[in-house]
Amino acid sequence: MGRYVARRLLVAIPTLIAISFVMYAILALAPIDPLSQFGVDPRVPPETRERIREALGLNQPWPIRYVKWITAMVQGDFGVSFMSRSSVSDLIWQRLPNTLAVVGVAYVVGVLIAMPAGIVSAVRRNSAMDHVISSAAYVGFSVPTFFTGILLIIIFSIKLRWLGFIYDSTLKVTDVPSLIEQLKQSIMPISVLGLFDAAVLTRYVRASLLENLPLDYVRTAHAKGLGERVVVLRHALRNSLIPVVTLIALGVPTVFGGAIVTEQIFRVPGIGELLVTSIGTGDTPVVASVVMIFAALVVGFNLLADVLYAVLDPRIRYS
Amino acid sequence: MATAQVRLGAQPAGAEVARPARSLWADAWITFTRDRLAVAGLAVLVLLSVAVLVGPVLWKQTAIDFSRALQGPSLDHPFGVDDLGRDLLARVLEGGRVSIAVGITAVLLAVALGTAIGAVAGYYSWLDNPLMRITDLFLSLPVLPLLLVLIYLFREALQLALGAQLGVFIMIVGVIGILNWMPVARLVRASFLSLKQREFVEAARCVGSPDGRIIFRHILPNVLSPVLVAATIGVGAAIITESTLSFLGLGFPSDTPTWGRLLFDAVNYLDIAPHWAIFPGLAIFLIVLSVNFIGDGLRDALDPRRKI
Repeated sequence: MGRYVARRLLVAIPTLIAISFVMYAILALAPIDPLSQFGVDPRVPPETRERIREALGLNQPWPIRYVKWITAMVQGDFGVSFMSRSSVSDLIWQRLPNTLAVVGVAYVVGVLIAMPAGIVSAVRRNSAMDHVISSAAYVGFSVPTFFTGILLIIIFSIKLRWLGFIYDSTLKVTDVPSLIEQLKQSIMPISVLGLFDAAVLTRYVRASLLENLPLDYVRTAHAKGLGERVVVLRHALRNSLIPVVTLIALGVPTVFGGAIVTEQIFRVPGIGELLVTSIGTGDTPVVASVVMIFAALVVGFNLLADVLYAVLDPRIRYS
Repeated sequence: MATAQVRLGAQPAGAEVARPARSLWADAWITFTRDRLAVAGLAVLVLLSVAVLVGPVLWKQTAIDFSRALQGPSLDHPFGVDDLGRDLLARVLEGGRVSIAVGITAVLLAVALGTAIGAVAGYYSWLDNPLMRITDLFLSLPVLPLLLVLIYLFREALQLALGAQLGVFIMIVGVIGILNWMPVARLVRASFLSLKQREFVEAARCVGSPDGRIIFRHILPNVLSPVLVAATIGVGAAIITESTLSFLGLGFPSDTPTWGRLLFDAVNYLDIAPHWAIFPGLAIFLIVLSVNFIGDGLRDALDPRRKI
C-alpha cells in the first residue's frame, strides 16, 4: 500500500512539471506582450520599457525564465501581480479558502443527495420513484451551471427577494446573526454546484449498482437470509462504489470549471473569479499562478482518488 | 454466391417466409425508435436545427429601436427585446447557428484526433505507452482555466489574421477540440487492443493486408458505434463549453449573438428583463438535454449485447 502511494506520487510530480512547462511555453510563445499594459500608455518611452523588461527578467530566453519561475514557485514565491502590485501568493491565499469551501461543501451536499437517490432508484428500478430521480438527474446534468445560477437569482433574489445575489466577502462570522447572513449568501452558490454534482453522482451510483445487483454474490447474500438493507448497503454498494471513485476523479476538472462559473455569477471572491478578472486585465503572473493552482488541485484530487481506489478494492495491485 | 444457393435449397420450405434480413444499422434504428426519450430528443434536435437554419431567413427583425428597449415578451416579439430594442427571437435563432456549428465542428475535431491517437496507440504496442501517458497528462489538465488562458492569449492574433468572426470560431473550435479528444482516444485504444487479437484480424494479416488496410477496413468499422455515442454526447458538452466561454466574456464578440453571449449580456439586466436570460438559457438546456437523450438511446441501440 505504502509503495503504491509512493509510486502514484512519483507519477503526479512529473505530471505537474509537464503541465507547468506546457503552460509556461504557451504563455511565453503567445503573440501577446506581457507588458501590453504599459504599452498602451504612449508616455512610456521605449528605453524605460526596455528597463522594465530587464527588471522583470523578460529579456532572457523563455526556457531560462521557466526554470527560474518554477524554482520560485516551488519555494512558494509566485511573483508580483502587474495590476495590484501585491504578491500573487497573498492574492491566492486570500481567495483559495473561499473556493475550496464552496467546492467542498457543494460536493458534500452532492454526495448526501446522490447516495440515497442513486441507491433508491437502482433498487426500485423502473418504479415511479426511479423515473422521478432519473429524470431529475438527467435534467440537472444537462443544465449548464451558469443557467442554474441565473435561474436561482431570478427566482430567489428578484422575484421572491429572499436572498441577496452579491456575495459580501467582508462579512465576518462572529455571532448568530452574522452566521445566518453567511449561510444566506452561501446557499445559492453551493446549491448550483451541489445540485450539479448530485445529478452526475446519482447517475454513476445508479448505473454501477445496477451492474452489481444481478451478480451471483448478491444472490448468495440474499440466499443466506441477509436482510435487504445489509445486502444492498454492505455487499452491493461497496463494490459499486469502486468504479464511481474513478469517474469522480475524472470529473474533478469539470467541478473546478463549474466553480469558476459559479464564482463569476455570484461574485464569490475565489481563485476562479481572480483568474477571470486577471485575464480581463492582462495580469500574466496571476493568470499563470492560478492555472498552476488549478492544475495542482486536479492532480492532487486524482492522486487521492487513485489511493482511495486501492483502499476500496483489494484486488488492485499495480505492479 | 454458390454457397448461398446451396443453403437456400437445403432449407425446408417453411423457412422461406422468415422476415428479410436486416442490417446492423436497421436493427439499431428499430431499437432506437423504441426508446421514447431518444425519439423525443431527436425530434427536438431536428426542430431546433431546422429553426436556426430557416428561422433567420423568415424572421428578419434585426432593427435597433431604443423606444422599446428591454420590453418583455409580446405578440410582436415572442421572446421580448434587449437593451437596444433588438428582437430576441431573431438573436436566439441567429446565435443558435453559431452555437450548434461550434458544437458539431469541435466534436468532429476531437473525434478525429481521438480516433487517430487511440488507433495508433492500440495498434502499435511500442507507441501505446508514450501516447497513453500524453492522454493521461491531458486528462489531468484543468480544462476551463486553460481554455480561458489560450483564448486570452491568441484571440487578438487570430482575429487580426482571419477576421473577427472566423478567427474566434476557429480558435474556439480548435481549443475545445484539442482539450477534449482524450475520452475518445481511450475508448478507441481499448477496442483496438481487444480487436487486434481476434481471428478476423489475424486472417487479414495472413493474406498480407498492409497495416493501413487492417486498421481502416477491418478494425475501425467495429469501433464506430462507441465513438458515435461518445461524439453525440460530446456535442452537448461542446455547446456547454462554448456557452461557458462566451458567458465569461471570452467567447464571441457581442455582434455574434451565441447563446452564451446573450446570457453574458443579459446578466446585468436580470432584475428588469429576466426574459433576456431565460430564452437563450432554455435553448442551451433543450439542445443539451435532447443530445444527451439521443446519445443514451444510441448507446442502447448500438450495444450488440442488447439484441431484439
